[in-house]
Amino acid sequence: MVAGSARDIVEECGVARFVFTDFPLGNPTGKPGDAAMQRAIVGTGLDLLTHAWMPRTTVQTPFVWDADDNNGWREHFMRVDDSNRAALAAAGEARRRDQAAAKADGRARTS
Amino acid sequence: MALTERTQRATNGRKPDGRRAHRSYLSYIDKSREYYAAHGYPQPYQWAYSHEVAFTPLPKPLSECTVGLVTTSFFEKGREPAGVPVSRPKQPYAARCDDALDGLYNSDLFWDKDNTHTDDLDTYLPINRLREFEAEGRIGALSERFYGIPTDYSHRRTQRNDSPRIEEWMREDGVDVAFLVPL
Repeated sequence: MVAGSARDIVEECGVARFVFTDFPLGNPTGKPGDAAMQRAIVGTGLDLLTHAWMPRTTVQTPFVWDADDNNGWREHFMRVDDSNRAALAAAGEARRRDQAAAKADGRARTS
Repeated sequence: MALTERTQRATNGRKPDGRRAHRSYLSYIDKSREYYAAHGYPQPYQWAYSHEVAFTPLPKPLSECTVGLVTTSFFEKGREPAGVPVSRPKQPYAARCDDALDGLYNSDLFWDKDNTHTDDLDTYLPINRLREFEAEGRIGALSERFYGIPTDYSHRRTQRNDSPRIEEWMREDGVDVAFLVPL
């Protein structure tokens, strides 16, 4: 059983049972401070354990991150446009330097 | 709030139904391809794909099953409890659920830090919620240990090293059901 918010990644990978909640990445089992929602999502996962009869069974929970504006977070996350293109390219350069250094001094995972 | 009330409210913004020229949920595969290209990576990230997917029916009633939680979060470096190896680079681990109740470290993982936070453990590692279900008899038990797996660019390491290690710990703990919550 997988509980997650990156639907396409999990479904491409393929899992037996998947409870999908359409939230920003970070809270796949419910909103912070909302124990009732967390129970509903985890409970849906438990239901799926019993009721799924074949692999790749996905259930989407009914929850909405922001009922007034549910597109803001989607548009903001991993955004690429003219306002940040140069900054992203520079960040990529910096990260490649860090990764090369990590590999050189043994911090990178080798096994 | 009852689930039925929530369902009625579960509309995707102000225009709940109708027609759209795109899927409603984000494609992280499409997003990440564009995002990493903008970072100057010449090759797009290769996501895991499986044609054949394993499936095991529940071996006994859920009320008799032990559930094991799997997370991609880790203990903060230097704050690992006794018995959990201090491991950078990350290695798979098993730790007592009680030792995670103050939260785990995941700031190094890629999630939406602008729109939410992970200060509430049960939003990504629902130990308390599963203990409630245990107390109510809906599951047999939550395993005393939970299990951590590194997010790794190497599918080979995840499949050949990390997953078998976690399966081994789960067998030691009598876990019947794996409940995975990747961040």
